[in-house]
Amino acid sequence: MSNSVINWFKYASPATFYPLAGRLIPWFSGLAVLLIAWGLWIGLFVAPTDAQQSEGYRIIFVHVPASWLSMFIYCVMAFWSALGLAFNTRLSGMLTAALAPTGALFAFLSLWTGALWGKPMWGAWWVWDARLTSQLILFFLYLGFIALQSAIDDPRRADRAGALLALVGVVNVPIIYFSVQWWNTLHQGASVSLTKAPSMAHVMLEGMLIMALGFWSYAIAVVLTRVRCIILERELTSEWVKRNAVD
Amino acid sequence: MMTGFWTSMRRDLVLATRHKSEWLTALFFFVMVTNLLPLGVGPEVSLLRKIAPGVLWIGALLSTLLGLQRLFSSDHADGTLEQMALSPVPLAWLVAGKMVTHWLVCGLPVVLMAPLLGLQFDLPSRSLGILVLSLLLGTPILSAVGALGAALTLGLRGGGALLSLLILPLYIPALIFGAGAVEADMAGISPQGHLSLLGALLVLSVFFSPWVTSLALRIALE
Amino acid sequence: MRGYGLYVWGSFGACALGMVIEPLWVRQRLRTIQSRLPKRELKG
Repeated sequence: MSNSVINWFKYASPATFYPLAGRLIPWFSGLAVLLIAWGLWIGLFVAPTDAQQSEGYRIIFVHVPASWLSMFIYCVMAFWSALGLAFNTRLSGMLTAALAPTGALFAFLSLWTGALWGKPMWGAWWVWDARLTSQLILFFLYLGFIALQSAIDDPRRADRAGALLALVGVVNVPIIYFSVQWWNTLHQGASVSLTKAPSMAHVMLEGMLIMALGFWSYAIAVVLTRVRCIILERELTSEWVKRNAVD
Repeated sequence: MMTGFWTSMRRDLVLATRHKSEWLTALFFFVMVTNLLPLGVGPEVSLLRKIAPGVLWIGALLSTLLGLQRLFSSDHADGTLEQMALSPVPLAWLVAGKMVTHWLVCGLPVVLMAPLLGLQFDLPSRSLGILVLSLLLGTPILSAVGALGAALTLGLRGGGALLSLLILPLYIPALIFGAGAVEADMAGISPQGHLSLLGALLVLSVFFSPWVTSLALRIALE
Repeated sequence: MRGYGLYVWGSFGACALGMVIEPLWVRQRLRTIQSRLPKRELKG
């Protein structure tokens, strides 16, 4: 009976995870390049010009995947944080630390593309729309996490403190989103909110989903590479690093 | 259980009365910030009245942040925090006692001072009542959530700035509903919705924060 | 692009920039750490 039990913790130790990540990275980076190229081709050439927003709407092909990814990465960070606190596994802390910069990058890109989309549509670089404002706050949460982790030298405390902050943050994200939504609708006069995504012709939706998958595989590839750096940085003195040093 | 709560609270109150300067500075900071604003924005009353709720609430936010830094740091420095962690009374109760004291020392004076400052912004008297009520509900949230930030950044360099970077995003719902309640009242809409949501936030944060803060303290004390 | 060029290429450009610089930077970080590791005697 025992051999049929899946050993969940087989890849939980940095020593076994390091080579696995090494094998996965080329696959995901190749997949990312293919998917993004395909998505771009659809987004820029195949998709028809939108009746109402003509060419400007093409920005959703990057804006929406970036926003989805920034929110999803924060949830994945919270997941690894919960695991790390529960099982005290070092690797979960490393993964959370590896995810944060990429999440922050996509939160920033989502804000950047959101502003660039708002300018032609509503004539203002920054629109206090509920989604954009929540995205801004998510960006601050990322910065807070990164700042906290960099302020703590001892990696063990940094992981656990970061994990706790990520969990508190993920509980607050829906509350913040709800309160910003409430705040935005009440001040409807003062600000203009992004209209519903333009009526999604099939090809547009397809292009956006492909771009989203491309962004996801890109993120996996980068995060795996960064986690390998963190593993090496923290495990330099350990035996397994010395033995099979460079691969 | 409760004795631990009361003793820790009384102890902190005694300490606060001895070092009055700590919380008085936070209170004067609140007064200064809210008085600086008209100098920056200009004296016309209609504008001041419009922005008054936001200003008063942000002033309360910042003065709580100011008072938070010394919440655990003095105990951490002389080792009483370790004793509290080792004591049979669950750390969450002792931390809750400290939070209540922080609110009494930093939050309550702000609530009592707010109507006075509200008059400077020519708030109608009915809205002043709502302002006090919203601050009464809101400042404990600020203390509870802020205590978590203080525990996370215990003994770190750049503590003050780091604490505000961590905690201000978590203050946003309280700010929105608190300031929104007063604005709604001034606009003639009933502030009931805002105040009840603020109350919900209060219950949530007061219930969970001591436990989470004691977790953060144990992480910091390792 | 009927006048929207600045905005469309501005956002695509920023994403391209971010998603090119980040991998290069992370890979470079990995290379530096790996170079500091003791080389294995027999390369094989």
